[in-house]
Amino acid sequence: MINAVGRDIPEEILKITGKEPFMGIHHFDGSVYKKDGPYTKCVINSEGSKMVDSIRDCLVKCGIRDGMTLGFHHHFREGDYVVNMVMEEIHNMGIKDITICASSLGKAHDKLVEYIEDGTITGIQSSGVRGKIGRAISEGKLKGLAIMRSHGGRVRAIETGEVRIDIAFIGAPTCDDYGNCRGIGGKSDCGVLSYSMVDADYADKVVAITDCLVPFPNFPAHISMTKVDYVVVVDEIGNPEKIATGAAKPTTDMRKLMMADYCTEFVVNTPYFKDGFSYQTGVGGASIASTISLAKIMKERNVRMRFGVGGLTKPMCDLLENGQVDALLDTQDFDLDAVESVINPKHFRISAGEYADPFNKGAVVNKLDFVILAALEVDVNFNCNVVVGSDGMITGAQGGHPDTAAGAKCTIVITPLLQGRIPAVCTDVTTVTTPGESIDVVITDYGIAINPNRQDLIQCMKDVDLPFKTIEELRDIAYSITGKPEKVQFDDKVVGIIESRDGTVMDVVRKIKEFQFTGE
Amino acid sequence: MEIKKPAMAGTLESSDCQVTVEPGDGKIDFVLESAVINQYGNRIRKVIMETLKNLDIDNVRITVVDKGALDCTIKARVEGAVSRSTDQFENILWGGRRKS
Amino acid sequence: MNPNKKRLRRTMMFLNAQKPGLIKDPYIYKPDSIMLDLEDAVAENQKDAARFSLYHALQEIDYRGCERVVRINGLDTPYWKEDIRCAVAGGCDAIRIPKTERPEDIKAVEAEIQIAEEDFGIPQGRTLIMAAIESARGVVKALDVCEASDRLFGIALSGGDYTKDLQTYITGTGVELMGARQNLIIAARAAKIQCFDTVYTDLNDMEGFRRDVETIHLMGFDGKSIINPRQIPIVHDIFTPAQKNIIFAEKVVMEIEDKREKGIGVFIVDGKMIDIAFYDGAKRTIELAKASGVYKGGL
Repeated sequence: MINAVGRDIPEEILKITGKEPFMGIHHFDGSVYKKDGPYTKCVINSEGSKMVDSIRDCLVKCGIRDGMTLGFHHHFREGDYVVNMVMEEIHNMGIKDITICASSLGKAHDKLVEYIEDGTITGIQSSGVRGKIGRAISEGKLKGLAIMRSHGGRVRAIETGEVRIDIAFIGAPTCDDYGNCRGIGGKSDCGVLSYSMVDADYADKVVAITDCLVPFPNFPAHISMTKVDYVVVVDEIGNPEKIATGAAKPTTDMRKLMMADYCTEFVVNTPYFKDGFSYQTGVGGASIASTISLAKIMKERNVRMRFGVGGLTKPMCDLLENGQVDALLDTQDFDLDAVESVINPKHFRISAGEYADPFNKGAVVNKLDFVILAALEVDVNFNCNVVVGSDGMITGAQGGHPDTAAGAKCTIVITPLLQGRIPAVCTDVTTVTTPGESIDVVITDYGIAINPNRQDLIQCMKDVDLPFKTIEELRDIAYSITGKPEKVQFDDKVVGIIESRDGTVMDVVRKIKEFQFTGE
Repeated sequence: MEIKKPAMAGTLESSDCQVTVEPGDGKIDFVLESAVINQYGNRIRKVIMETLKNLDIDNVRITVVDKGALDCTIKARVEGAVSRSTDQFENILWGGRRKS
Repeated sequence: MNPNKKRLRRTMMFLNAQKPGLIKDPYIYKPDSIMLDLEDAVAENQKDAARFSLYHALQEIDYRGCERVVRINGLDTPYWKEDIRCAVAGGCDAIRIPKTERPEDIKAVEAEIQIAEEDFGIPQGRTLIMAAIESARGVVKALDVCEASDRLFGIALSGGDYTKDLQTYITGTGVELMGARQNLIIAARAAKIQCFDTVYTDLNDMEGFRRDVETIHLMGFDGKSIINPRQIPIVHDIFTPAQKNIIFAEKVVMEIEDKREKGIGVFIVDGKMIDIAFYDGAKRTIELAKASGVYKGGL
């Protein structure tokens, strides 16, 4: 069945998953549903400790068995040890058929490929996967369908009961013996625990794993003891060097600086750039450079930002330090400066649900004026792909891309026109993750295209000195340099789905096929 | 033209390609490794075959490790490797247009 | 005369001709000229490969209006003649000669260009020349060099080798370059050709770079050699004429054209006495204003 972004979703996939094809970003606006709730084991006694000796004991107490779904968060990014630690124990216990429902997975989890191959893990639901897991899924090694969900989409899936998490594991930089978790302090400081908050609310069993046990009460708690069943202490929950790195040096790459300047020039010429505006940006070189150049103009024109959202990095926290923004709303910290900024009273921790869930009574993304995003590919319908590489391999994550794009009044995608030889602006993206209806502007080093649906923005930019082009012109320039790319040859077998944030099917990911020369 | 000895041109930097030519066994043996093989594999092969044809080479083992090079770079590296294998560095027929 | 001889050349960006990643799209940074280098940037054992890379880049890449200058290897190397053949066959716009000291150097290159243009069916006179002055002797002989060929559009100071020859070094103050800069700009103007300043290598000191460009702009130079695209907007900014100068130049051009028809030689614009000698300068201001994107008039 052809969905609203023109993708052919096989009937069989709709049948197996019970999902509907994507019908537009606002299709479910105003719809009503009943939230799911977890089984909760009451603690009335006064024994006073939830401590368990080992992960294995914990798994036994939680009643681990074949076929369970386990929740994990990715605040430790490429420094995470928790997922591998838990899965190794499960593997040693001979448990099979586990589904991992993580907020994201990365190269830190390459080891899981062994468990995918031996049937310990048969389902993966994640924002995306990088590294060897991505390859394994693309090669068809995962028994079940991989589901790629945005950060908001994951919260929705859990709250609606579409996914039931049997046991959630929360890597906690600090925790007390009664389960009060904080993202700050300890040796694996990650700042916030936003993505795991929904796990704590909805999983039947919740386990806190920490390498820094602190005396009760570890307050103010980021995850409350009222939601935690057990606490385990291990030597290390992550590699601090990879959890929060030093702030990236501002780029000196002229290509990125140029795109950043285009972006800033665009932003300041929209009607949304005025006192009290709101803003979110990613961690790419051009995005960070945009924030830096925007800060300069804000100062010159005496314009204040009301709130910034993230995925936070140093340049955003600098805005707070310099008094240029009233508040930061934080779901994740990418560098040490951002982690250290968490204690600032105007730096607020928010849950992934508050951030981006489309099925609650209104999330922060809906209040965004600007979001600056990146993309692997954008097509002439403005559809973006951030998950599947142009070689057909799963290699990225949705993150908050579709959530913020849908919510923000002005969604800007920055990408160099050519990624090596691959045109970033193309006729058809390999897979759609973010629908074109939510993308307003594409900024490249070769020019800027405004979505024709945004005639208002086109009008605003009439007298602005920027290299405006149509999206088709950008594609044609790219193809004139690289030659027209051929379509990746896929196998028929579907290995994963790109789930829209509302739970419908945006696209499917097929098994890759080894390249073979064709023609002469 | 005859490939007399193994020779290589190009690098493994992004946007470049490394081409190795060796004496063949009576035909063109072509091996391609490329990050963009799915999109451009057929095109790269076509460019290489045409370049070899222009150089009048039909007996060669040619190995190309491509890092997203454009056609002009691929041609340059093939010609560069061939020129090294045939020790011809001067009076090159740039574009083959030289009047006799 | 080749009409390109006097084109605008505020920025000339050096690029190693052997590096595909560098030469594939430098035009996005909008330099007036690019300098595809076969000389110092290219390792000795890659001189051959660089030519193939250069030839096909010249043939296939659409540089979107950027002038394509090729720096050949020195006349004391075994490479320069084949460099010229390759560059001319590829269809470059100009050849830059390094280490020029004598008019004979220009003549020798001119002769090779002529042969190559004939050999490869390139229109005679299409390929221009520029000469880099890199020694004390070159500075002293500058006027002779400037007048050596009708193909020569300009000379450039190459500060690194020149300061070594002078037994000093690049200080960042410009004091070591003062004499050479003055000599070269004077010689170039005497010969009615263009003059370009040397590179500024400290990319961490953009303020120092700006001061350097301001200096050579006031001295009368036409442009500067660039080693990184970040330097381009600064040069273009400094070379952008002030709005009042543009308006004045516009009036001068229109008045001169109007008065010429009426046979009037000297007249007043905005209280200043103007004659035909102002014409070229005013036209140049308009051209600079157009290139800088600040001219909205109809000339």
